[in-house]
Amino acid sequence: MSKGSQGNKAMKEFLSEAQDFVESLSRNLIEIDKAVKTGEPDPDMVNEVFRGWHTLKGLASTFGVEPLSLLAHDEESLLDDIRLGRKVFTPHILDSLFESIEEVTKILGIINESGDIKATGYSDTRTKTTRGQAPDSGASGQSEDDNTSLVDPKNLIDSEILEVLTEFEEHRLQINLQQGQAIYKLRISFSLMSIDQELEDIKGRLRPVGEVITYLPSSESNDPDMLDIDVLLALHQNRKDLDTALEGVSADIGTLVPAKMTPGARFDTVIPAPPTAEQPSDSLVTDHDAAAASEIERQEIPGRGLVPQQKEQSISLRSVSQSVRVDIGKLDHLMNVVGELNIIRNSITKISDELRSINEQRDLANELHRVSRGFDRRLAEMQEGILEVRMVPVSQMFDRLSRMTRKMSRGVEKEINLVISGADTEVDKLIIEELSDPVMHIIRNAISHGIEDTGERRAGGKPEFGTVALTAYQKGNHILIEVEDDGAGIDGEKILEVAIDKGQLSREAAASLSEREILNLIFLPGVTTTAEANELSGRGVGMDVVKTNISALSGVVEVQSELGIGTKFTITMPVTLAIIPALLVSVDENTFAVPLNTVAEALTISGADVKKVMGIETFTLRGQTLPLCRMDGFFERPRQGPIPKGSRLLVASLGQRRLGLVVDELLGQQDVVIKTLGRSLDETRFFAGATDLGDQKLSLVIDTAAVIEVFFTSNEDFTQPAALVE
Amino acid sequence: MTSRLLIVDDSRAMRAFVRGSLRGFVDCEIDEASSGFEALRLLPRTDYKMVITDINMPDINGLELIKFMRASERYRDVPIIIISTHSSKQDQEKALELGASAFLPKPFTPPEIVNVVTALIDEKGSES
Repeated sequence: MSKGSQGNKAMKEFLSEAQDFVESLSRNLIEIDKAVKTGEPDPDMVNEVFRGWHTLKGLASTFGVEPLSLLAHDEESLLDDIRLGRKVFTPHILDSLFESIEEVTKILGIINESGDIKATGYSDTRTKTTRGQAPDSGASGQSEDDNTSLVDPKNLIDSEILEVLTEFEEHRLQINLQQGQAIYKLRISFSLMSIDQELEDIKGRLRPVGEVITYLPSSESNDPDMLDIDVLLALHQNRKDLDTALEGVSADIGTLVPAKMTPGARFDTVIPAPPTAEQPSDSLVTDHDAAAASEIERQEIPGRGLVPQQKEQSISLRSVSQSVRVDIGKLDHLMNVVGELNIIRNSITKISDELRSINEQRDLANELHRVSRGFDRRLAEMQEGILEVRMVPVSQMFDRLSRMTRKMSRGVEKEINLVISGADTEVDKLIIEELSDPVMHIIRNAISHGIEDTGERRAGGKPEFGTVALTAYQKGNHILIEVEDDGAGIDGEKILEVAIDKGQLSREAAASLSEREILNLIFLPGVTTTAEANELSGRGVGMDVVKTNISALSGVVEVQSELGIGTKFTITMPVTLAIIPALLVSVDENTFAVPLNTVAEALTISGADVKKVMGIETFTLRGQTLPLCRMDGFFERPRQGPIPKGSRLLVASLGQRRLGLVVDELLGQQDVVIKTLGRSLDETRFFAGATDLGDQKLSLVIDTAAVIEVFFTSNEDFTQPAALVE
Repeated sequence: MTSRLLIVDDSRAMRAFVRGSLRGFVDCEIDEASSGFEALRLLPRTDYKMVITDINMPDINGLELIKFMRASERYRDVPIIIISTHSSKQDQEKALELGASAFLPKPFTPPEIVNVVTALIDEKGSES
């Protein structure tokens, strides 16, 4: 076929839709998993999972991804059985469903990497025992058909309605009839212009009182701008509750089947209402963006008899395109353009400043200055806008992590309760991607080494459920991600022993380490407290890698732990890496950029303020000893003699460590776009990259985290006084 | 005026696939709706030459869409092609009973949908 780019586009859509599906599926499964433990899962959610697999199967077979369509076929049939009441969720079934998510991810990964739709390298690695053969698959729970034969809706409901119900909707109707629920038909008039909002409103009102079987559009309406819809509702509460729920809505309420007290009826018991998410109100309000989007839509659709109301009509198209998917590469490109614009802007500013010093040109210079200020503001807005687009909620990562946690806890047979907070905190997309693995590793450690066995926990008077709290929040320009467990804590003595054994530390040096420094030893290669390797987290391989990966993103990871109480890892990351405000400083006539978010304050300093402590220059800042690092010395061109008068001191602070950076001069503040130095300069570890400051000169951007790290490692003897730790 | 065709499916990849398959073979503009409700909103605006719809969609399903169109004087004669999986025979039968013009089981190839669409357009052309 000659599909070329069209086919390619469809293919891309397929991959991205499949990815979306995996994300929503995993969210839904986690909800279902929770619901199964306490009662019945929301049928809507089960149906959504079914429909997801159904769609995926159709897509996979259409696009010729055979392993995926086979997998989706299995899952679709399974979910079909469940939603139609032929099977119920068992732990085994849920396990296999969770496994399938991993399979889909694997297949998509292979296609993505190889670009080969046939995904030839794929082989099904699922444990075959989880499906069908499992002792409790579907049978142990009570299937709804088992009790009594289903009520035949044909005798109770008009065939006009039955003929348009899908198999699933018919099934839900049967279930509700069997339970003796009353069936109502509510006729509600919707305005075509705002049908989306109105519908969400109605859904929100009805959710607490019953189950909507379907919506039946009626073609009887005379008004071309209105649409009458019959809502087929199984009422789980009293009629009074329905009236209350619909207060203010003009609805024509008709009873199709009255509530019955049949033997199997649960009329007076409260049916667990589906989780009442607070969503409806979110989508009610039209915003500027949406209105703008619909302006465009309007041009594409030739109106028919809607001229007098065109403006309102256009608003009704709101939901047609609310979001746009963008390749991150395109955003990077835009960001680069903004970076270039920034450089041009700086040049313009310089020229305008120079012009202002020439008397004859003053008017023109002022004009240029004014214009360039306006340009500055707009550019800043644009930059902010692009940064905002790059931001995604950490929930993207947390969803994946909670799935893995569930799987792991089953693997080690520990009960783990993962408590997530701050999932809506937003972080740059690239950071999220890079951060997943390190955080995963920390969680894995918490589960396999941190949390004790159930028996041990019981003996220690702890709840049998181990808790891992995953928290994200923003603090200034940083995102903090914390992983905290209530496990056994890290045994400092053991760590010390291992570190000495591995030759990472001399016994003498060990004696002078603070508690925090001892804990930090776990970030050294080969240091671990576990005697045996296990399947989950290996044997001490990893925490050093975790640290390296996080440092590569200009972040820091810190650990706190109390024996018997638990362990807490805190990762501090910049919100974005794309563009950062930086402080320009000069050192020995070279200009460097220091990321502003790593500088707590700047002071003037001279040699007289400096005291030597254990051979290291220090400065007393508000009663606390701050070790100093002379930047000229750091870059291997040390100048002799005391620190010259008028030098500047930057208090660099990252996580809990502080270091005074001594520079010659502060040149000002500027937003810089960091370009990497390229592979050949990988060894230059004190620099995060280079940036163009607009005067055609390159400046190096200092990697404060690395400088602090190296300073404290190479001055091992210098123990930072505890007072500095906040 | 070029004629327009409406694709209703909650999968954007499926819509893109249908659109891509028809491009170059069928001379018409294509609109897309991601739900039954969206289709109901788009329908009054344009005289669609044809509607291609899935069955299993949230809220308003494909069957309801067929019934709605067949009951309306304006849309009564617009050909409707159902694209859906084989999995529910019952749904398929209902669709044809309600007046769907053709049923194309998923998965289908680009030539298959091109054939069904052009056949229906020709049929319609020879009628009038």
